[in-house]
Amino acid sequence: MINRFNKYKYSSPATFYGLAGRLIPWFYGAAALFCMAGLYIGLVLAPTDFQQSEAYRIIFIHVPAAWMSMFIYVVMAFWAALGLAFNTRMSFMMASALAPTGAMLTFVSLWTGALWGKPTWGAWWVWDARLTSELILFFLYLGFMALQAAIDDPRRADRAGALIALVGVVNVPIIYFSVRWWNTLHQGASVSMTKAPSMASIMLVGMLVMALAAWMYTIAAALSRARCIILERERNAQWVAQMLEAEA
Amino acid sequence: MLEGKDLACVRGERTLFNHLNFSLQEGELLLVQGANGSGKTSLLRLVCGLMAPEFGEVLWRGEKIGAVRESYHAEMAYFGHAPAVKEDLSAFENLDFACRLAGIPVSRDEVKGALGHLGLGHCLNLPAKSLSQGQRRRVALSRLLLAKARLWILDEPLTALDQAALKLVQSLLGEHLRQGGMALLTTHQPVMIPGIAPKILDLSA
Amino acid sequence: MNMTQTVMVLLRRELMLAMRRRGDVLTVLFFFVIVASLFPLGVGPDPKLLRLMGGGVVWVSALLAAMLSLGRMFASDYADGTLEQLILTPTPPVVWITGKMLAHWLVSGVPLILVAPVLGVQFGLSNEALGVLVFSLLLGTPVLSLIGAIGAALTLGLRGGGVLVSLLVLPLYIPVLIFGAGAVDGAMSGLGAEAHLSLLGGILILAFMLTPWAVSAALRISIE
Repeated sequence: MINRFNKYKYSSPATFYGLAGRLIPWFYGAAALFCMAGLYIGLVLAPTDFQQSEAYRIIFIHVPAAWMSMFIYVVMAFWAALGLAFNTRMSFMMASALAPTGAMLTFVSLWTGALWGKPTWGAWWVWDARLTSELILFFLYLGFMALQAAIDDPRRADRAGALIALVGVVNVPIIYFSVRWWNTLHQGASVSMTKAPSMASIMLVGMLVMALAAWMYTIAAALSRARCIILERERNAQWVAQMLEAEA
Repeated sequence: MLEGKDLACVRGERTLFNHLNFSLQEGELLLVQGANGSGKTSLLRLVCGLMAPEFGEVLWRGEKIGAVRESYHAEMAYFGHAPAVKEDLSAFENLDFACRLAGIPVSRDEVKGALGHLGLGHCLNLPAKSLSQGQRRRVALSRLLLAKARLWILDEPLTALDQAALKLVQSLLGEHLRQGGMALLTTHQPVMIPGIAPKILDLSA
Repeated sequence: MNMTQTVMVLLRRELMLAMRRRGDVLTVLFFFVIVASLFPLGVGPDPKLLRLMGGGVVWVSALLAAMLSLGRMFASDYADGTLEQLILTPTPPVVWITGKMLAHWLVSGVPLILVAPVLGVQFGLSNEALGVLVFSLLLGTPVLSLIGAIGAALTLGLRGGGVLVSLLVLPLYIPVLIFGAGAVDGAMSGLGAEAHLSLLGGILILAFMLTPWAVSAALRISIE
């Protein structure tokens, strides 16, 4: 939870820059460890499903990626709301830093969904509720990034992006509900990926561990990106000049 | 009545001004001067409430303008760079709509009279796109006659005006100030109003 | 001058402006018709197929036409300075913003509703389905104006405006599309359209209550 005293201290770009710099390697390390553990569980420990071939193991990437893509969007919206409410620059920078990773994970989940679908259901793409919602989530991420890229003034870019992220997050449940509705109506021949066979608990553990890996990676990537944004925005500030001198 | 306290403005990555203070009482005229790009327009927009300052506040009758938005806007008239004139509407329609949207009830004769006062009597019903820049600015300025605003915030009101119009606007300003109104303007040209010594706020300093 | 009067004045102004620029309004309507006509050209004239597709096609075309028309909501006011003057009136922004969105719907949405039955007939929709189509558009096109206004307000003065607005707004339009087209399909298949139409109505109410605030915030962000 945000420690009130520290909120303003760490919300200063210079302090954040230093702190983030020290934390990033740990998060990358944690991500690597969780990833290895998760892959071990998924590829080695989890039983072979008798209905699907070994190819099903791709869900150990697909499902965690999908979970994280949705989680990151909510976190992004949270930072956006903080930024609009308290007008803190760091909040906006965090939202902007998270978006590309969220988009990437959405993209990964779409592709791995296709890779799972082909050997299992015979089609590269099925318009089931979850995949379709992921696709729309991908568009929401792209919209956010495109809007920020189109605005030159950083302050306007921050706030406009924050607003669209909030509008998006309010719409996500509505979109998900409507897509589920649409999918059940047009069920016909399509098979739903959500009707996966009941999972052995080891599979769930594997996916959770991979999700944790993705989470650690996301934090590391977002912190790195935030540092770049800080350097860019604060390039004329004294602390940046001093730091670059010290490094030289 | 109007006060700016410790105002700071940042556009993009430049700090345009910092620790700016000013005050404006009834009957006073404040001229904002400075080189191009020094933040004159930004200051005016800040005072209007179109932009939030990076730091500091603007007070109207002792209250922050954010808190008394409605009453502040009812007593204020702003003229920016763009004349705020719709091309597809005639001069008459422009002024009529502008007044009604601002909540000022006006009659046909009052609108015609105001436009006539600014030398536009002969082109009342022409679409604004066939008017010159100077004429469009005069349509915009004609609102001052009807708005009965206490505070006028004018961004370069004298550009594109010919000698006659210049004199007219200066006399309007004088009249307004004598009746207890206030005005905040930016201008590149000298403003001569008999009997009024303007305060100067120089942003290049 | 109270708030309803201000909205009426604004409506009158917007309608007057639209009448003087009839071309803009009609172009969007023609776009609607052309896009809907592209589908049979793309998938073949098989009447059974077209009847199945009809509701969806008309709805998608309406969505695209609505999106194209978003450019006229705030852009010209922003360019000539009138938008600032509106913001500086004593009237609360959400009031005149609602007026603007209403005007936009009257000018850009209602023509679509009036022309849609003609397109529906071209796709062989039953009479009942045509009725549902019109009713679903009646409920849905205002939502397109309401949500679209947010996109229009956020992208004021930006280059690449039109395409950017599409990217922002189309994902948000999807639920409206699903329920609108679903209603027509429901009528065609005999399963009934009430559920879809009720949901559409619910979305309309929600959008009407929330979007003016979002648009007000977006305008403040863009006008700085």
